[in-house]
Amino acid sequence: MAAEGQTVSEYIIHHLTNLTYGKLPAGFERIGSDGHSEVLTADTWTFAHGGAEAAAMGFMAIHVDSMIWSIGLGLVFCFLFRRVAVKASSGVPSGFVNIAEMVVEFVDSNVKDTFHGRNPLIAPLALTIFVWVFLMNLMDLIPVDLIPWLLMLAGVEYQKIVPSTDVNITMGMAVGVFVLMIYYSIKIKGMGFVKELTMNPFNHPLFIPVNLFMEVVGLLAKPFSLGLRLFGNMYAGEMIFILIAALYGAGVMWMLPAGLLQLGWSIFHILVITLQAFIFMVLTVVYLSMAHEDH
Amino acid sequence: MNINLTLIGQMLAFAVFVLFCMKYVWPPILAAMAERAEKIADGLAAADRASHDLELAQEKAVERLKEAKTEAAGIVDSANKRANQLVEEAKQQAVTEGDRLKEAAQADIDQEVNRAREQLRGQVAALALAGAEKVLGAEIDHQRHSALVDKLAAEL
Repeated sequence: MAAEGQTVSEYIIHHLTNLTYGKLPAGFERIGSDGHSEVLTADTWTFAHGGAEAAAMGFMAIHVDSMIWSIGLGLVFCFLFRRVAVKASSGVPSGFVNIAEMVVEFVDSNVKDTFHGRNPLIAPLALTIFVWVFLMNLMDLIPVDLIPWLLMLAGVEYQKIVPSTDVNITMGMAVGVFVLMIYYSIKIKGMGFVKELTMNPFNHPLFIPVNLFMEVVGLLAKPFSLGLRLFGNMYAGEMIFILIAALYGAGVMWMLPAGLLQLGWSIFHILVITLQAFIFMVLTVVYLSMAHEDH
Repeated sequence: MNINLTLIGQMLAFAVFVLFCMKYVWPPILAAMAERAEKIADGLAAADRASHDLELAQEKAVERLKEAKTEAAGIVDSANKRANQLVEEAKQQAVTEGDRLKEAAQADIDQEVNRAREQLRGQVAALALAGAEKVLGAEIDHQRHSALVDKLAAEL
């Protein structure tokens, strides 16, 4: 529901802006809501008012909302599964233990199917990714205006509650996976990794530059495809929810179609969020499995 | 869409959560599940064993029953034989006893007859003498003739 005096595009942009805390460089001209402008004399750490200020902060900024929701959901995962780990016994499981064990078994069988080496990190990594990403995606099903509106009443200007629609979050995880890929490639293959990068696909010293270029591009494509796929899907999904929400504001006659659209998209999205979490997990396992395989 | 410190923050959070999961979540859950799988396998094996045992026990019971039946039949047979034997023995005894009684009775009868005969003889002698006295009208020398009559009576 668009606030009074807000155009649809302003509404959408508002919903796609993170709550950003960062360093505004000296000399930046801040324009307040009253149109009054002020030129900063020194670097200032502050919350950004709008996209322009967030952009001016550059790298030295942090998306407070993304971080809080992401870490919070991570803690939810840790809490829930730690409780299961404490409660789990060889007796008859009950309640949430059943669900958690189902998830664990599902992840375990997927990892076993794909990853043939011996590494105690892979399965817990896959479980963490699957559940955490699922929980982050799940935030998408909460009505887009509810929490931002409540927080707006509490004085928080911007709020994006779906961490996986923030490219920093998805790329952060993808880069984490990439670091593990490089680490295990070097640890397991040693010089074989260098050879893989230089002597493939043309096994001739003359072709080393060509090979290196192709292999490095291929290698770098992995974390990008991993992180951007999740980001793209969730961002698009969120965008459609926002557009449907904007439709409510178009007049009373649009309420019913918008409601139906929202219902339909939500049901479809249940599939999407699970699938995206699953894809992220499986690709992580596949990439790490490739890092472990010596040719 | 700005890449900023959030990326680093997320990487750190990611590492922490994965390590937590690897240390405190995954191993206990998997251990519990493995333990349960083993328990179930044991239970199934025990059930198999038990049904096998039951089969054996049933076989044994049938065998026992057969044995018992044979034994019972044997006992009944021997009991019948023994009963027959007892009856035979009793019959034999009864016949012997009957014979003995008959003999005793016969002996008694013989004795009685003899005694009666003796009595009769004495009386016959006296009667004969009395008859002869009457016939002869004279006294007969008892001493002399009684020996004769006794002799006669003995011949009766």
